[in-house]
Amino acid sequence: MPVATATRRFLASPLVDLLVGPHGIDRYLELIRPNLTLREARAEVVGVRRQTDRSVTLTLRPNQAWGGFSAGQFVPVGVEIDGVRRTRTYSPAGSQHGRDGAIELTVTSHADGVVSNHLRSQIAPGSILHLGPARGAFVLPAARPGKLVLISGGSGVTPVLSMVRTLCDEGHAGEITFVHYSRTSADALYRAEVEALAAAHPNLCCAFVATREGGGHVSAGAIAALAGDLDEAHAAVCGPPALIDAVRAIWDAVGAADRVLAETFTPPVPAPAGATATGTLRFLRSDQQAAIGAGTLLEQAEAAGLSPVFGCRMGICHTCTCRKSAGSVRNVLTGQTSAEEDEDIQLCISVPAGDVALEL
Amino acid sequence: MPTPHPQLTDEQIDALGRELDELRNRVFSDLGERDAAYIRRVIKTQRGLEIAGRGLLFAGFLPPAWIGGVAALSLSKILDNMEIGHNVMHGQYDWMKDPALDSKRFEWDTACPSDQWRHSHNYMHHTHTNVLGKDRDIGYGILRMSAGQPWRPRDLGNPISATLMAALFQWGIAAHDLEVERIEAGEIAFSDKREMLASIWRKGRRQVLKDYVAFPLLAGPGAPFVLAGNATANLTRNLWSFMIIFCGHFPEGTHEFTEEEAENETRGGWYLRQMLGSANLTGGRLFHILSGNLSHQIEHHLFPDIPAHRYAEIAVEVREMCERYGLPYNSGPLHRQFGSVIEKIVRLALPGGASGEPPPAAAAARGSLCAETT
Repeated sequence: MPVATATRRFLASPLVDLLVGPHGIDRYLELIRPNLTLREARAEVVGVRRQTDRSVTLTLRPNQAWGGFSAGQFVPVGVEIDGVRRTRTYSPAGSQHGRDGAIELTVTSHADGVVSNHLRSQIAPGSILHLGPARGAFVLPAARPGKLVLISGGSGVTPVLSMVRTLCDEGHAGEITFVHYSRTSADALYRAEVEALAAAHPNLCCAFVATREGGGHVSAGAIAALAGDLDEAHAAVCGPPALIDAVRAIWDAVGAADRVLAETFTPPVPAPAGATATGTLRFLRSDQQAAIGAGTLLEQAEAAGLSPVFGCRMGICHTCTCRKSAGSVRNVLTGQTSAEEDEDIQLCISVPAGDVALEL
Repeated sequence: MPTPHPQLTDEQIDALGRELDELRNRVFSDLGERDAAYIRRVIKTQRGLEIAGRGLLFAGFLPPAWIGGVAALSLSKILDNMEIGHNVMHGQYDWMKDPALDSKRFEWDTACPSDQWRHSHNYMHHTHTNVLGKDRDIGYGILRMSAGQPWRPRDLGNPISATLMAALFQWGIAAHDLEVERIEAGEIAFSDKREMLASIWRKGRRQVLKDYVAFPLLAGPGAPFVLAGNATANLTRNLWSFMIIFCGHFPEGTHEFTEEEAENETRGGWYLRQMLGSANLTGGRLFHILSGNLSHQIEHHLFPDIPAHRYAEIAVEVREMCERYGLPYNSGPLHRQFGSVIEKIVRLALPGGASGEPPPAAAAARGSLCAETT
């Protein structure tokens, strides 16, 4: 191990950087093995398991460039599909103290999910995935709450499960109530794992509710029946917006809305082709916004008083290429619409197809 | 003198533009694994040649190792600059969303900083191709490469300047955006370019340190062999890239345009100017790869951000379009095209242009591209 550390230190030295310039050491190391990179976080898939018909659970072994995560955070995961690196964010389901920094991801696929379907059907042990730094404020307070109610809906189980597993690893003694809502009991993820944890940890109790099989939706009564008095309890909830609203209302009723930690996810919906887009353009760096008007994003940014760099204004020189953080745009030359987060687009040949946020 | 432009009606120019747009979209929607695998294979080959070349030069006191090392390192630098660097920085692989192949982040193994190159080349040259007074690639402000450029006594040295430029091409490219001729003419001040110069210095210094200090020192007593080997590899790359690039727009038969002609140009008109202003080189598959597929200069200028290894397939359709619209398709072997470039360099060392005709600016027809210039 000291040899490996010394080797890494040498490879990261300014001398080696000069010798392998301008490309950098990673561009050489990756040719030996794709996850040998020093600066780019990558992970090898070491386990693949399918818990339900619509999901896949991957165990990843990240390389030493990976900076870890806190329970509840999400991680950008990149996978190459037909030559294109597609990046989606997933919340790890395992403990933040996982062995060798292992990451467990559970991905639920949906009909038109290019990435989720690929991960479910094509990824095998040995595959390499790209990782971005973990992000997100859906994390437990550093001083762990004495009483915690963790509520999840559908695939929102993963960050909440990560919290449970992390607390168990930490030997946390406080009372934890775990409630998971799924459409059917066949869709319920991680039931056996959570029940086994509960059996081993007397301070953890759990409930699995199948809403389409007679189980009720979340209510003050149902939560109180499991967790008892909510006066001192903190809540962490992850799931569809309706679930979050309902949980907030329950805590609001006892005057404790500030003790609810919540995260939701709603996939972006691109506007149908040909439709005139309405919505807002947000220019993040200049902290400005404008209603969607006529013309390309370059023209609209200029109309809003910004001066983005540009060149040919006809899509050939790539000078105006800009990071789009969110939103959907249409390429006027090809007519293709794209709603991916954090992708680079050419402003001079892109028109908004809905709300758009640009790094301008 | 400027070759008369072929006569097409506005409708024909628009129709040509639509056909080329359709071709462009067809190729774009087909990009995928095949293209990703191709560029990665080229990169792997380049890195392999680089490591082999540097390794062999450490044993450079043995003549076969020195020759092999220079050959491998030269090929590595040629691949790095042309099929990889030039093409990646055009955005040909941006669709892959791989940060290592991203046009805005890519840096190449040459003195020119990539951001300056993207401005002078991707934008200035590719947008204003062959427009006299706007496309600084017509002589790079140093050579007289068009009869339309006024003759100055120093142009007598055109052949010598060209030879020097070929030998030091990477530095010529790096100095491209400094616009030395405008500083000379007093249009801009030297201080306007201080920042740019600093950036060239930062990049160039590391290139020099790497090839002429660090690697030779690592070789210990073999330092002179490594130094000479690296210098020879850089020279080989410079001469090769100069030759290929000068065959792109200067061989006999390529068209030049006035600023008036390029004004209010339609998309079809822009395509037409690219076709008329570029020239191809014929050769085998390896030759095309080593030229960065700039041997398909016509296709490259029509579609600068389509992965270059596709140009050979695209060329079949472009050639057919040229025949159908009665347009020239300037293509020939390297010796012929480069021969005509040398002839031009020598000819333009003297006042005037070919056959003693008047410069084009005086006689250029105003307005549309279909107007014949004499």
